[in-house]
Amino acid sequence: MFRYIVRRLLQMILTFFGATFVVFALMFANQDDPIQALAGEKPVSASLRAALTERYHLDEGFLSQYWYYMSNLLTGDLGVTLTGRDISALLAEAWPRTLQLSLMAIVLAAVLAVTAGVWSAIRRGGALDNGILAFTLLLLAMPIVVLAPVAQLVFGMELGWFPATASREISFYTLMLPAIVLATTVVATQLRVTRTSVVENLRADYVRTARAKGLTPRRVTWVHVLRNSLIPVITLIGVDLGTLMSGALVTEEVFNIPGVGFNLARGIRNEDGPLVVGFVSILVIVFLVVNLIVDLLYAALDPRIRYE
Amino acid sequence: MTDIQASMDVLPGLDPRAPLLQINDLHVEFRTRDGVAKAVNGASFRLSPGETLAILGESGCGKSVTAQAIMGILESPPGHITRGEVRYRGVDLLKLPEHERRKVRANKIAMIFQDALSALNPVYTVGFQLAELFRAHRGMSRADAKNRAIGLLDQVRIPAARARINDYPHQFSGGMRQRVMIAMALALDPEVLIADEPTTALDVTVQAQIMSLLAELQRQRNMGLILITHDMGVVADVADRISVMYAGRVIEEAPVYDIYARPAHPYTRALLESIPRLDLKGHQLTAIRGLPPVLTDIPSGCAFNPRCRYAKDPCLQDPPPPAYAIAPHRTARCHFFREVLGE
Amino acid sequence: MSDPNLIAMAEAPAGSGRPRSLAGDAWHDLRRNKIFWASSVLVLVVLLMALAPSLFTSADPAACALSNKHKGPAGGALFGYDFQGCDVFARTVHGTRNSIEVGFLSTLLAGVIGLCFGLAAGYYGGAVDAVLSRGIDIVLGIPFLLGAVVFSGRLSAGEGDDGVTAVTLTLGLLAWTSAARVMRSSVVSAKSQDYVAAARMLGAGPLRLMFRHILPNSIAPFIVVLTLMLGANIAAEATLSYLGVGLKGEAISWGVQIADAQGQARVAAGPLVWPSVFLAATVLAFIMLGDAVRDAFDPKLR
Ligand SMILES: Nc1ncnc2c1ncn2[C@@H]1O[C@H](COP(=O)(O)OP(=O)(O)O)[C@@H](O)[C@H]1O
Ligand code: SF4
Ligand SMILES: [Mg+2]
Repeated sequence: MFRYIVRRLLQMILTFFGATFVVFALMFANQDDPIQALAGEKPVSASLRAALTERYHLDEGFLSQYWYYMSNLLTGDLGVTLTGRDISALLAEAWPRTLQLSLMAIVLAAVLAVTAGVWSAIRRGGALDNGILAFTLLLLAMPIVVLAPVAQLVFGMELGWFPATASREISFYTLMLPAIVLATTVVATQLRVTRTSVVENLRADYVRTARAKGLTPRRVTWVHVLRNSLIPVITLIGVDLGTLMSGALVTEEVFNIPGVGFNLARGIRNEDGPLVVGFVSILVIVFLVVNLIVDLLYAALDPRIRYE
Repeated sequence: MTDIQASMDVLPGLDPRAPLLQINDLHVEFRTRDGVAKAVNGASFRLSPGETLAILGESGCGKSVTAQAIMGILESPPGHITRGEVRYRGVDLLKLPEHERRKVRANKIAMIFQDALSALNPVYTVGFQLAELFRAHRGMSRADAKNRAIGLLDQVRIPAARARINDYPHQFSGGMRQRVMIAMALALDPEVLIADEPTTALDVTVQAQIMSLLAELQRQRNMGLILITHDMGVVADVADRISVMYAGRVIEEAPVYDIYARPAHPYTRALLESIPRLDLKGHQLTAIRGLPPVLTDIPSGCAFNPRCRYAKDPCLQDPPPPAYAIAPHRTARCHFFREVLGE
Repeated sequence: MSDPNLIAMAEAPAGSGRPRSLAGDAWHDLRRNKIFWASSVLVLVVLLMALAPSLFTSADPAACALSNKHKGPAGGALFGYDFQGCDVFARTVHGTRNSIEVGFLSTLLAGVIGLCFGLAAGYYGGAVDAVLSRGIDIVLGIPFLLGAVVFSGRLSAGEGDDGVTAVTLTLGLLAWTSAARVMRSSVVSAKSQDYVAAARMLGAGPLRLMFRHILPNSIAPFIVVLTLMLGANIAAEATLSYLGVGLKGEAISWGVQIADAQGQARVAAGPLVWPSVFLAATVLAFIMLGDAVRDAFDPKLR
């Protein structure tokens, strides 16, 4: 276990610097005028130019630029937007909403994917299984840019089941529809992986043993098979977080939820380079940390790795 | 004795004087995309307390499927029991509703599998998998169940049982894992133990240890033991009686001594001739010519006829040879058993 | 036993018939798979629409008249008009080309990168594999669309650029990792097969080994991944365009249409719904095609 953790940590540190470096390089390197790039197509005043140069140390060598960028990032100093607002403060205000939204989506997706995936696997080949598979196919085919506006139109406006936007009060209720929309971006893959994994595990020898022990089918499935089947599903969570982040970008924009994605989408539209760089860098860090946690969780679920 | 135990004793029709286990005319088929594979075609045998019955036959002849049908753990679909009886103390288990049947498993009839590594759940400790039996069937508390589990590991002579209870299956050696399987099967004091090739996956020295452990535990508990194997060498020392299976039928059944001395079926005879014997060193081994039948297309008449050197016209005609009683406690399904016996 | 038919039957192995190759088996399965045919037809229609939009509509997607704003379906305009008075059907049909072009080219780029990375990592193993695999990890460390949002903006040439090149490059440069992983693992398993060892002993060089012996047997899962990726990249293009960092200017795109129509969806649903339907149907077609092909090559998952 210890060696596994150390190895994963080392790999993650490498990935961390690699990924942030790539983001950084694409932001600042290879640009004729990085300052103009940060400001988009707007004219840049001399004072803004000076401020940006100082902020990103653009008058120094490339590696030291990266060094300053990283140390600022890791100390939580994200600088100010082009309109002069403190980016860290923006982020601090925005993240609880995004966290609530994504937690709702994750729980919703996981519960649905696991129950439906197991059912589907148990009754594989049956009508329920085929129905569920067709439904996942439909979900997979609906990019979030289709689903979010159409769901808002149908369930928010026409049918009026849910509030169409959530801008004023963020609550469980106003976040419900956006959370469902966000959940659909990951639920189909999770469900399919769960199903495949359960189907494979149902054929395993240890299932026969469990049945020979006189255990109820329910216990065989939900205790013996599920624990084994969840191992590949857990590894998906890492990838899914990336999908959820991009999903939140669109979902929050569509439903007017002033969270991280909403601010980032605004930043993109207004071509506010510092905001985009800051937010994306933080999200990349969150993504990497969660992936490390997932790896450890993976080891916790599979003793064969733990005792490697 | 808990409620579950009590309700066990009122299994409808349970008769303590009836034979411990009696299999009558069992038929199992697998309905697959490639056709219907008739894996078991009328297997019959009986088992008494304290007795060891060896079921012998080439790989694929339906031994494991028979065992799974007795346990009620056939994968279905594709597996279907189309005919027959599995009587435990007079109760036909095949007619019991599933929730009654479940109480028979592990409590009355338990099973050990060939490959303990894959037969144990890789993600739970052996302690959990043992204690689970006491918790599910006896409603014991966690602590009690754990103590019982430790006791069981002691009984199968796993050193430092108290510490090893928290280990996972992959942390045990092959022999130790098979001991865990045995402990698991014996947990609820079953009256019948089915061991499906318990030593096939093990080294020769470990094989002997496991076999003697099994024999010892069986004696202590006066259990009926069904020992499934494809290796004639393994059974000679431990079995009381042998049932030889071919293409899903028991083609010969006899006390172990008689079979070795005077086989009555050409297939048994061929099997015997194919084991290497120390006293015949240097002699050519005779492998059985031909291949076992394809189960989707079993030859009519005697299934062994394409490979049989005694085969004559009647062997090709349906119905297949009946179980001729050739001596007390001996049957053979061969029209020409006299010739084979050399009478 | 004198009946020759009986003898022939007895001699035929179980499940008789000439033994087929894996690809032959797969094709045999595919030919009878309705989903495969349905998705293939859909893909062909979409391709035709991309190549020759004028076969489907004679209207000019850029000829808009504000007087037509939000008008319902009329005449040639099957889906009505959007908020600028443009023919929604014509725009949707003409939007196909950009989506397909970006999808195909970015997938091609990702495929080439993935192929090189995967082949090299799988074939050489050891240090090469370690370095390349860390490279894959690094790219995977950047969430796909977030990375795309940043890069797409950076890569576009500014004023007047329609963004097609930038989006294609962005998606290609970020999406290749899955292709590389699949290629790597199938090369690793192909490499250990006997026939490869045999070819090596007969003196086949690394390039010949790779392209004559390993690649043909590793290509199936790779193609499946690319087919699925095509759908994903088309969806990603729409998302980027929706966010304003994808296609822009004069370029017509389903994502742009959805973004434009969303604000007015209450007033006129058509301009929002129709590009959505086309987008979803296209993505669906590629996913189903990929699924069908995968199932054909990997029957045990059915
Ligand atoms: N799950 C299954 N699906 C289809 N056929 C099976 C299955 N299990 C067993 N069989 C068939 O039953 C035959 C007998 O198998 P088995 O009882 O395991 O043989 P053995 O005597 O070696 O234990 C096999 O040859 C196989 O064709
Ligand atoms: S019945 Fe005929 S074919 Fe069958 S074993 Fe006896 S002699 Fe051989
Ligand atoms: Mg067997």
